[in-house]
Parts: sequence; C-alpha cells; structure tokens
Amino acid sequence: MRFDASDEQQQLQVITRRFLESTVPLPTVRLLAEKAPAGFDRDWWRQAAGLGWVSLLVPEALGGSDAAGSGLADVAIVAEERGRLVSPGPLLPSCVAAWTLAEAQPNASARSVLDATVSGETICAWVLGERHSWLDAPPAVRAVTRGSGLELSGLARAVESGADADHLLVAVQMVDRVAHVLVPADSAGVYRERVGSLDLVRRHADLRFDGVVVADDAVVIAPDRGRSVLHQQTAIATVIQCAEMTGAAGRVLELTLEYAGARHSFGRPLASYQVLKHRFADMKLWLEASLAAVEGAVKAVARGDAGAAEAVSAAKLYVGRRSTDLVQDCIQIHGGMGVTWEHDLHLYLRRVTTGRQLMGSPADHALHLASLLGL
Amino acid sequence: MPQEIEAFRTELRAWLAAHMPREDGPARTGADRDPARHRDLQRTLFDGGFAGLTYPADYGGQGRTAAFQDAFNEEALGYELPTLFNVSLGILGPTILDFGTEEQKRRHLPAILRGDELWVQLLSEPAGGSDLAGCVTRATRDGDQWVLNGSKIWSTGAHYSDYALCLARSNWSVPKHAGLTMCIVKLDQAGIDIEPITQANGEAEFCQEFITDLAIDAADVLGEVNAGWQVASRLLYHERNLAGAASSFTYGFVAEGTPVAPTPLELVELARAGGTARDAGVRALVAEAYALDLIQVPLVERISTGIAAGVLQPTSGSLLRLFEITKVLQCSNASVEIAGPTVAVWPESSSGSVGGQYLMRQGAALAGGSIEMQRNIISERVLGLPREPAPDIGVPFDSVPHNAPAARA
Repeated sequence: MRFDASDEQQQLQVITRRFLESTVPLPTVRLLAEKAPAGFDRDWWRQAAGLGWVSLLVPEALGGSDAAGSGLADVAIVAEERGRLVSPGPLLPSCVAAWTLAEAQPNASARSVLDATVSGETICAWVLGERHSWLDAPPAVRAVTRGSGLELSGLARAVESGADADHLLVAVQMVDRVAHVLVPADSAGVYRERVGSLDLVRRHADLRFDGVVVADDAVVIAPDRGRSVLHQQTAIATVIQCAEMTGAAGRVLELTLEYAGARHSFGRPLASYQVLKHRFADMKLWLEASLAAVEGAVKAVARGDAGAAEAVSAAKLYVGRRSTDLVQDCIQIHGGMGVTWEHDLHLYLRRVTTGRQLMGSPADHALHLASLLGL
Repeated sequence: MPQEIEAFRTELRAWLAAHMPREDGPARTGADRDPARHRDLQRTLFDGGFAGLTYPADYGGQGRTAAFQDAFNEEALGYELPTLFNVSLGILGPTILDFGTEEQKRRHLPAILRGDELWVQLLSEPAGGSDLAGCVTRATRDGDQWVLNGSKIWSTGAHYSDYALCLARSNWSVPKHAGLTMCIVKLDQAGIDIEPITQANGEAEFCQEFITDLAIDAADVLGEVNAGWQVASRLLYHERNLAGAASSFTYGFVAEGTPVAPTPLELVELARAGGTARDAGVRALVAEAYALDLIQVPLVERISTGIAAGVLQPTSGSLLRLFEITKVLQCSNASVEIAGPTVAVWPESSSGSVGGQYLMRQGAALAGGSIEMQRNIISERVLGLPREPAPDIGVPFDSVPHNAPAARA
C-alpha cells in the first residue's frame, strides 16, 4: 500500500487483515488444502465478498463501489493482504469477471451474474487459457457462428477455480477478432478437469469446450472491442497477481528479520553478520521496488496511460523475479527448517512462484516489453 | 495548483525556445564539459527567473514547490542545461540552507544561482576510505581564524570550482564524531593545491587537494564548531537524494560525473546499430534494464512520500541510491553483452565509448558512498539490524589507531 494512502484505504487494509487473520490463519489454509477440493469454502467466500472485495472494480451505478476510480488501487490493497496470509478464494477471476460484465453494459441475465458474483453467491471463472508466449497468443477457445448463436471449441488450460465456477466468462477467438462470452458452467459440451496446482489453495482446471452452443445474447463484449477489453483484463489480472506477490514477499521478509534477530549462532544474532545484513538490504530494496512497480502499474492502468502496457510488463518482470528471489533467500537464511513441510515458508514460495509463472513469465514479459520499445 | 503549473509550463516553453540552446549530439559528455559555458547557461536561467525554482526567494530563488522543478525538468528535455551546477544546487546549496547563518546564505546562495559560484564537497581523504568520520585533516584554532592542514580526495571538478565545504578535525581528544567542524573554503588561493586525478579511462573529473596552513575566518564555519558531523550527515542526505534521482533542486537526473553506462534507451540504439535487435537474448537484456528505468519513477515517488510523511527514516534515501547503482551496473553489463567485439576494438572513426565506459563501471558503485556503505545504512538505519562492532565508538580519537595523513608524493 502507498505511504500516502487515504483514510478509507488504510481502513480497507485493516479490515481485510483482521478478517483474514481471524477466518483463514495459516493452519486453516493448510486444512483447506487437505479437505476442500476447491481450495476454499463457499460460505467463507460469501463473507469475504460481503466486505466488498469483488465490488471494487464495479461502478456504483451497477451496484459496485468504484466511485472515485480508485478501484484498482483498492483491489491491490486486498490482494497484498491476501498474499501476506497466502489466503484462499477466487479474488482474481471474480474481479476480472465483475469488471468485464460491468464494462459490457450487461443485459438482464448478465446483470444477475454480475450481482451474484459481487455478492459471492456465484463464482465466475475467467477463461482465457494459459499459453506459451502468453501475451501474443490468441485465446485458447475459438467461436464460429452457428445459426443465430455461436459454437465454442478448444482447450483452455489452467483456468483458476475453473472446476468450481458456476459461470464461465470466456474470451473467444472469432477469425481474427476477440469476443467475450458468458457461459453457464454446466452447459452441454463443457468438460472440466482439475489439474495439479503448486499453490495449496489457489486451484486450477483445464476446460475443454467441445462444440458448446450458446445464444447470441451470451456475447457480453462484441468483437469490435473484444481485444481492448482483453488487454485491460490482462492488465488488471497482472496487477492483482503482482500485488499478491508483494504481500507474500513482504510477510516472508518480516518473518525472516524476526528470525535472524532472535536466532543466535557463534554467540551472536544471525542478523548481526554483515554478509546477511547486506542480503537483507538487497531484499528490502527488492520489496520496496516491487511495491513501487505495482503502484506505477496501478496508476498507469487506472488512468489509461499510453505507457500502461509497459508499466504492467515491467512490474510482472521485476516483481516476478524478485519476489521468488526474496523468498528463496529467506528460506536459505532459515537453514534446513526452511525446506520442511512443517515450516510455512513453502506456502509463500508456492504462492509467489504461481504468481510469477502464470499469465506470462518474467521472460515472456521481458520480450513483450522489448516489442513495446520497438525492438 | 495544477493550473498554476500548467501556466508555468506554457511560459517556460516559450522562454526556453527563445533563450536556451538545443542539445545537439550526445547529451552528456563529462570531462570535456565546459565550466564557462555552464556558468553562462546558469546565468541565463537566473536572469529568466528559472534558476533555483525550489530555493527561497530571499536567497535568489523562486520559492516554488518540487512539482515546479519536476515540470521544468520535463519541459527542458532536449535543451542544454548547466548540469555542472547540480552538485552545487543539489548538495552544497541545500546544506548551506539547512545550516548557514543569514550572512552565509545571503553571500553564497544567490551567487550559486547566478552562476558565479561552483561548489564542491571536500569530505573523503586518502587516509580514510569509507570511514568519513575518521577524518584526519586538522583544523587548529588561531585567534579569529582556523588553520587547516591535510589532504582531500575524490572531489568532482574541484579544479574549476570556486568554493568547497571541507570537513576537518577540530578536537582530537573526544570520540570521532564529536570533534569535527565543517568549513567554507575558497579554493583559488595559496595554501590549497588542486591536482586532477587521471582515471582508468584517461579522463580527469576528480581531484586531490593538498591543504597546507590554509587560514579561514571563524565566520566561515558552517554550523557549530565540533558539530561538523551533523552538517556532513545532512550533506550526505542531500547527496543520496541527488544520486538516487530524488533531488528537487537539480536539473533532471544527471548526477555527478560522467555516466559510466548507457541508459536503457541508449541500449536500444546500441542493439539496432549492432544489428542484434532481433536476438531474443539482447531483447531480454534491454527490457530488463528498461524495466528498472520504468520502476525507478514510482520508487522515487514512493520513498520520497514515505520520508516526507515521516513513515520512513531520511536514511531510506539509501534505497534509491542502491537502486540507481543496481540499474547502472545492469545497464553497463548489458551494454558489453550487446556491443560484442566493438567493446574491445573499434574503427578509428568511432569513439569506442562502450569499452571506455565499462572501464569506469565500478565508479557508479563507489562515488557518493560505496554500495557496501549503502547496504550498511539500509540494514542498520532502515531495518534496524545490529550495528557493526566498532572499536572506535565512544573512544577519544587520539587514542584510536588511524592512518597517518597522506603525504604529498
């Protein structure tokens, strides 16, 4: 969070942290990992959504809370807090779906999905599909005209909460354009299969669309602006992902500073050794620069700056690399305990590695940034 | 406020076009920068009412907020600016503002803003290295005067500068931080010899000074006698801001000395010129450097906001300094990867600048406090980790083992 955050934002941070600490402390996260196939509890998610998390990118006129246009900064605060406690729940897909449905000037049925997503009654997954060279590849699902509607085919890999969603917001390739279609998850021809996930509670699934037929009113964003909406979705999702990584990295650095201050070796605290102090200095810089990168991206995306895509890719490149570097270094400083199941560090490493690798790895974003530079 | 700034920009644009020369060719050429030209440019800005935008009006400035200097720096891109004054304006001037007597401020600040006085700091010593408070230049009281003896080093451009702040030891029987005094020294006079130091790349931007029985008036002490460390600490704070691209007193982000690495955008040109722009490895190197450039802007904003709000210690400026060093090192490494054999051998017609810059790479991690000192400051003062054991803390300086003052070769 910014050092000059508004009173409302500071309050949002405090409320979010208290809620997460009291409802999903780390032992609960471990229990969910073991017992809950979705990685979260639906009643809990309704409570979480009740705090307004999913409403932050939805304008007030559509029942949301994005009054001052500070919505993305607010979502980033929630995401950072979730990273601190490696929290469960489909925040990212819900926020992207809610933003898109609001952007769509929804008809009655889309509006009811929007309302139910905001209140947490419904889970709406964001279906784009993980691909290699993520930023340039077309959506994984194709659509062709069939009668007055569309027929969807293709395999979308690694869709967050894909197996547990009630609705699917699908980005589809239509010849050389992109549209966005809202599909009930139980439609005929939709096949969902859970896949292995490194994160203990953020769960993913492969979704196969095998000739799924939808009526034309299922198209919420028409092909004329489908690609610009896709870019904005990607920017929002990347910012949320990066903010979550900074929260996780920040918490790990706190824990490791405490540990190194208390742990003695050769008669002195670990934290008094210059070789470790200098590593802590580097890690502090990585963290502050990561937080700044998110702030820069939030600002650029919210204002629709010409350089927004650059700011987002720079953030993903830097935060992706540095948050995993930081957590691995902190594991090293913890010694052997750092690589045990018992210690919570691996929960954080799982979360930041997931964030780093999905929606474009740092290497992908580096090449994308080079293209934006005209190379 | 935004309206005022817009009006300022409009006026400034017209004025710049009418009065300031456009930059032609490479923007920053370092040691061959001509001080006389920079003095003229500074004078032109002063006469136009655009010098010292953030300095108080009482001392020749414009009394504006940092936002105006930022606006100036944006509008002035592409114009030739008196960047040789950045050290005077960004480090020495602000320190005089913080500690100067009314007389000292009135005497020197307008002179800097007018382009009449270039300043330099005389802090490091040949005998000292990073241990600045272990200074052994001697200040001896003699009636209304102080007499200085010793040697200083790594002063940028002392040979063409007019005045300096010089840190000297005035009391040897107290612990090291408690016996220092900061003196205002006129450079062009008997008793002080200034010799440029030839660097590894053949240029000479830094100097060594040999000070012999140099007498200064007691009125030329800045701050209190024996409280020179407080003055030096504040000076270093301003220096970190300048070197961390966070100063609100200076022209853009051009810090001390010649750049020792290409900027990320210059890397793009280097890749194009070398025909390697399609190579994925080269593209990644350029992008990684460019990402640091992009992130530096919100980082400066974040840390400056935190310091201003009192949430962060002023020493957090070291984070910005460390980031800048990291960026320069990364750009330097990327440049030699991209430039290939032309780093080592080049046609007569070209200047071979990548190789020449690479020779001075570590200068970026040494000047203005080494990267190791920045990491000490961050770990101890920002994160609050235990201080390094120091046998000289609390011990009278004359009973601490220290190096002898450097004798002249």
